[in-house]
Amino acid sequence: MIDPAAPPAVSPMYRLQFEQAQDAWVLLYPEGMVKLNTPAAEILRRCDGRRSVGQIVGELEVAFARDHLRADVEAFLAQARDQGWLAQAAQ
Amino acid sequence: MTPGLATKPPFWLLAELTYRCPLHCVFCSNPVDYARHDAELDTATWKRVLAEARALGAVQLGFSGGEPLLRDDLEELVAHARGLGFYTNLITSGVGLSAARARGLRDAGLDHIQLSFQDSTRELNDFITSTRTFELKAKVAAIIKDAGYPMVLNCVMHRFNLPHVGRIIDMARRMGADFLELANTQYYGWAWHNRAALMPTVDELRDAEAIVMARRQADDGRMKIFWVSPDYADAQPKPCMAGWGAVFLVVAPDGVALPCHSARMLPGLDFPNLRDVGVREAWFDSAAFNAYRGDAWMNDTCGSCDERGKDHGGCRCQAFLVAGDAAATDPVCRKSEHRDRIDAMLAAATHRAAPVAPLRFIPGAAHGGGLVFRGDAMSLSLSEPVAARDLSQALP
Repeated sequence: MIDPAAPPAVSPMYRLQFEQAQDAWVLLYPEGMVKLNTPAAEILRRCDGRRSVGQIVGELEVAFARDHLRADVEAFLAQARDQGWLAQAAQ
Repeated sequence: MTPGLATKPPFWLLAELTYRCPLHCVFCSNPVDYARHDAELDTATWKRVLAEARALGAVQLGFSGGEPLLRDDLEELVAHARGLGFYTNLITSGVGLSAARARGLRDAGLDHIQLSFQDSTRELNDFITSTRTFELKAKVAAIIKDAGYPMVLNCVMHRFNLPHVGRIIDMARRMGADFLELANTQYYGWAWHNRAALMPTVDELRDAEAIVMARRQADDGRMKIFWVSPDYADAQPKPCMAGWGAVFLVVAPDGVALPCHSARMLPGLDFPNLRDVGVREAWFDSAAFNAYRGDAWMNDTCGSCDERGKDHGGCRCQAFLVAGDAAATDPVCRKSEHRDRIDAMLAAATHRAAPVAPLRFIPGAAHGGGLVFRGDAMSLSLSEPVAARDLSQALP
C-alpha cells in the first residue's frame, strides 16, 4: 500500500519528460502517454521520493507566489495515486 | 483534408526490425509474402529513421518483428532511441531473452517489454506456434520482472484458447504482469488465411468476455486487462490505427513505410521506402499515406455517417479483403452492403465442429491439418503470383 505521509515518487512504470512537440510535460508508459497541465507537471516533477509533501507545497507556494496550496496538492496526489502514477512505498 | 496542413506528425513508430522469427504462429501479423522482403535495413539507416521520426515528434517506439532479438544491433538501436527521448517498447516472443540480455537492454535504456504467450497450456501454446516454447516463455517472464521492467503479456485469442481465458488471466497474474492484452484475432495475412479454423462462435466470444468483465470486477486492479474488441461479432468498426496516417507509422524490415502492419498487401498503393526518402516526406507527402487520410476518400455511407469522426471509416485492409475494395465501408459495419459476408463467416463458425488440436506437441503433425503455419517456404508458395490473386479474391 501507499503511505500518504511518505515522500511521493513517480512510479517506475511511468517516465516523466518534457515533449517539445506537445509543448508540455508528459507521462509515458507502455504504449501510451498522458499530457499534463502545468500544475500537474509542477507537482509531479517534484515527486522524486526525497521531497516530502510539505516540502513540495512549500516550493510551489514560493514558485507561484501563492499561499494555501496544500489542499490542492494533496487532492492532486490522491488522484495521481488512483491513476497509479505514484510508486508504492518501500515495504 | 488538405494533406500536410491538418496532418499531425506520427506519435507511434513501430520499427519491424526483421521478418525472421523462430515461431510459426498461424495468426502472424507479418504479410503472407514476408519471405520476399528479406533485405533488412542496416544499423545506420535505422538510426537515421529513428532520429527523423523523433524530430517530427514521435514519442512511442516499438521494436518488433519478426523477432527483434534476432538483430545483434538491438542494444545499439535501443540506446540510440532512448538518447533521442523515445519511450522504448520491445515486442517479443521471448526467444533469445536471457537474463544477461534483459539487463543489457535495460542498461541501454529499454523502458518496457511486451511478451507474447499463445495460451495458458504448454500443449496449445506449442501447437499454435509450432515450437516448444511454453517453458521458455515462462522463464522469460520471470527474467523480465527480475530485471525490473513493466511487463505486458499479450495473448492472441481465437477459437482454440477462448475457453481458457480465465486460466490465461490467472497465469498472467502469477507471472506479475502489469498489463494483460487479450487480443482477439484480427483477420489479416496469416490469420485471414486461417480464418475458418480460428473463427470462434459469437457465444464463445460472449462467454469469454463475461469472464473478463467479472475478473476485472473481482481483481484488485493491480493488473490492467485489455480486451481487444472482436469486431466481426461486435459489428463495430474499429478506429483502425486511429485513422490512416494519423498517429501510427510502421517501418517494415526492408524500409517500406506503412500506415499499419497489413497495408502492404493493398493493390495500387506505392508505399515509400525510407532508404530513398525521409520520414517527413513519406509521412506528409506520399500519395500512399494520403490515400485514406481524413474523410475526403469516403463513400456516401461513411461520409454522411455521424460516427466517421470516431471510427474513421474502420479498416481499409478489411474492406479490401472482404469487400474487394479498400475504399468500401468496413464490412463489419451494419451499414455496409457487405455485412452479410461477415455474418456468413460467423454463422459458419457456429455450424462447424470445433477443430481438433493434438493433445501433445508432435513436430510436423499439423501439416495438412487445415491450419497454415507461418514459415519461409509457406510464405513463398502462398505468394506466387497466381496464388496471391486467388487469395485476394477469396471470399468466405
